[in-house]
Amino acid sequence: MASAREEILGRIRAVDRQATPAVPREYERVRRADDPVGLLAERVADYRATVHRAAARELPYRIAERLDGRGRIAVPPGVPWEWRVPGVSWLPDDPPLGVSDLEAADGVLSGCALAIAETGTIVLDAGHAQGRRVLTLLPDYHLCVVHADQVVVSVPEAVERLDPKGPLTFISGPSATSDIELDRVEGVHGPRTLEVLLVG
Amino acid sequence: MNGPRVALFPTCLTDTAFPETAKAMVRLLERLGCDVEFPLDQTCCGQMHFNTGYADHARPMARAFADVFDGYDHIVAPSGSCAGMVREIHPNLCDSSSAALRTYELSEFLVDVLGVVDVGAHFPHRVTYHPTCHSLRMLGVGDKPLRLLRAVSGLELIPLPQAEQCCGFGGTFALKNAETSTAMLADKMRCVQDTGAQVVTAGDNSCLMQIGGGLSRLRAGVRPVHLAEILASTQEEPWVATP
Amino acid sequence: MGRNPVTWLGSPAFPDAARRALDDTQLRGNLRKATTTIRGKRESVVSELDDWEELRRAGESIKDDVLTNLDTYLERLEAAVTERGGVVHWARDADEANRIVLDLARQEGADGVVKVKSMATAEIGLNEALADGGVDAIETDLAEVIVQLGNDRPSHILVPAIHRNRAEIKEIFAQMPEPPDSDDPRALAEAARKYLRRKFLSSKVAISGANFGVAETGSIVVVESEGNGRMCLTLPETLITVMGIEKVLPRWQDLEVFLQLLPRSSTAERMNPYTSIWSGVTPGDGPQKFHLVLLDNGRTSTLADEVGRQALRCIRCSACLNVCPVYERTGGQAYGSVYPGPIGAILAPQLAGDLHDEQAASLPYASSLCGACYEVCPVRINIPEVLTHLRAEVVEAKGKRTPEAMAMSAAAWVFGDRRRYEAAQRAGSLTRFLARDGTLSSLPWPGSKWTDTRDAPVVPKESFRSWWRRNRG
Repeated sequence: MASAREEILGRIRAVDRQATPAVPREYERVRRADDPVGLLAERVADYRATVHRAAARELPYRIAERLDGRGRIAVPPGVPWEWRVPGVSWLPDDPPLGVSDLEAADGVLSGCALAIAETGTIVLDAGHAQGRRVLTLLPDYHLCVVHADQVVVSVPEAVERLDPKGPLTFISGPSATSDIELDRVEGVHGPRTLEVLLVG
Repeated sequence: MNGPRVALFPTCLTDTAFPETAKAMVRLLERLGCDVEFPLDQTCCGQMHFNTGYADHARPMARAFADVFDGYDHIVAPSGSCAGMVREIHPNLCDSSSAALRTYELSEFLVDVLGVVDVGAHFPHRVTYHPTCHSLRMLGVGDKPLRLLRAVSGLELIPLPQAEQCCGFGGTFALKNAETSTAMLADKMRCVQDTGAQVVTAGDNSCLMQIGGGLSRLRAGVRPVHLAEILASTQEEPWVATP
Repeated sequence: MGRNPVTWLGSPAFPDAARRALDDTQLRGNLRKATTTIRGKRESVVSELDDWEELRRAGESIKDDVLTNLDTYLERLEAAVTERGGVVHWARDADEANRIVLDLARQEGADGVVKVKSMATAEIGLNEALADGGVDAIETDLAEVIVQLGNDRPSHILVPAIHRNRAEIKEIFAQMPEPPDSDDPRALAEAARKYLRRKFLSSKVAISGANFGVAETGSIVVVESEGNGRMCLTLPETLITVMGIEKVLPRWQDLEVFLQLLPRSSTAERMNPYTSIWSGVTPGDGPQKFHLVLLDNGRTSTLADEVGRQALRCIRCSACLNVCPVYERTGGQAYGSVYPGPIGAILAPQLAGDLHDEQAASLPYASSLCGACYEVCPVRINIPEVLTHLRAEVVEAKGKRTPEAMAMSAAAWVFGDRRRYEAAQRAGSLTRFLARDGTLSSLPWPGSKWTDTRDAPVVPKESFRSWWRRNRG
């Protein structure tokens, strides 16, 4: 008896299929925006996430301001030392924090791989200053730092820049659902509060 | 006459049940300088058969259509649905389908081929317009019927809420899924009645038969009138309600 | 091979199921509100993109490429996933897929699994099969929780509980250990959060579907909103993904098209809150065991149908449901399948593969052919074309002896000749004697199907052609 694999592939090969023409990619791969960072801020805010703008030199003050009184904040490895401002109870993920530690954390601070202005999306690739996926999932509050040079305008620009190997997470606003009467409500399982610090 | 030679394709439904619409087309097209002919050998385009799953029966009808209308410059129908069947489906059913490419729904023919929007019509009534699904989505007539209606003197055009929703006719759907068809019709009638119009018009007598049949059952006091009859109506020769 | 569970055993044919649904005033109200809301939102986010039509054409074309070279891309996906530490399984049908998943869950010693909403696993009846094998499958998508706790069936691809309103949901959630204290959607979402939190943290095995699987890189994509997907894809030690074979995409680049088409068409957002992409196993991050089950279950036989195969382009966005005038009134359960609405009417009967089945055969007729579905479909599936194509197959399956087939033959015979047609016109005009005061309000069967709710036109004595002959002939 043929294996399921051989049988399925055999059924496919038995079908008379015509060659298809090349994929027409006439859509806009790169889109222009006068102010990509401004567009990102506007679109992220549309999802009811909070957006703050900061100059590079004032970033530590801004981080301190956002985290003031927030309690224990998880941080992935690779976060620049100047982000780890004093006065915050930091939980570094090095060695890796247990699930119960993360459940007990009050928030998480991370960077990102890039951000997509047009859709108001932040992409994490588990790389520098982002860490394991679970870090930005369990705590109920997520503060994400985005630098202006990480902002692209369109989805195709983002897909091109990303490395398919690493686990990727696209985040567009806080966790939400439209499951009740197709009406959007923020805050289900993921962080219910997303704050974005736009630098530069 | 030396105007465009137009073959009338009134469709079997209009030929049989709504002759006033076809007569109105004759008056209208002749007024606009067309040389109108009616090839008597035509019967049905085969849409009902094709859409119900009887493509094998529709095939000879498509072939007959191509033969009957061979040689005419333009073929014009008071139906987006039947014109759509001929133009979009006939080429898949039979090879000799050059007639298909020359087949137009009335508003398309007037606006695109004759290049007229103001056809000199007069129709002093409150009217709402239902865009039929096949004229809208199969043929893409867009706002042509509305542009024609806006140019009719004396006509007060009232926008129809949720205009692009299907009336629930759908050919044999109206019988096979009669209850769902009726539920769709109920909403369409509510929208028509909300306009306060005296007349509901459309480019298809099939859909008007559904909407009008429902309104008549309710004694709603709104009359279905085909677009051709409104456009044919003039001050000298006004539209008259048939009993 | 058992019966394909894509259509529900014992469901009545569509007209009968629809009749019952139409009488449910709560359902009608819930659906009208929900579909009207989402339609408006979709239109506005779609109109933001000037290149929407170009994106649709690209989406259509990529999917056609997939269907043409499906064997190549599946082998490529298998190789890429395996190289990155995943294990690939193949399942010919629902039974085989269910058995694979159950065996894997047992191997991990799990008596319960958490699930991300997945059409493929709903299609094969995985939850029931796991339950029969002693494994408790817990749905974690809010709408699926509503359906599961309500002992209900889904009625929408994206929002399986669209037929429920907030008050009904509060009732259903009353059985939770910490029930919601109000029917405010925020409170309902909060109750679900609490209910599921421990289950996420304690489950060893998660089961997901896949929106896309990229052959080139072995990347699997899950698109979601609530974060339940991220929980399932991140926390358990073992992840089992069941993916229909048509969900493969050739290239990484192709995601740039679908990550634009899908969210705008489904939840009518510029982007859904969360999209997770992984490939195989990442040491130290997420599940350390990954299984991918590639599911046929009627897809290869659908592929064999030249016209019908376009249904396999579907990316399960449900835009066609939201604009369908039939769906809006009957809801999804009337279709008797996890795939309702216009796409369900062409997909379910093809996957089920038996048009002798009365229920499946009724689905292609559950449409007025208005074409609204085709207009919004992000991968340009010509649903009306497939509907009429399947109707022809239904007619063939039923044979020539049905009353309808005989009536259609008779009508075709009449239309086949001008003189027969004219004789029929004259006969038809005799119905005018049934009219009273110019109104024809009662016809014998099957005309009664019409006149039960609407008046019929009174056929005049003189047809247009008689008039023409008299005046112009």
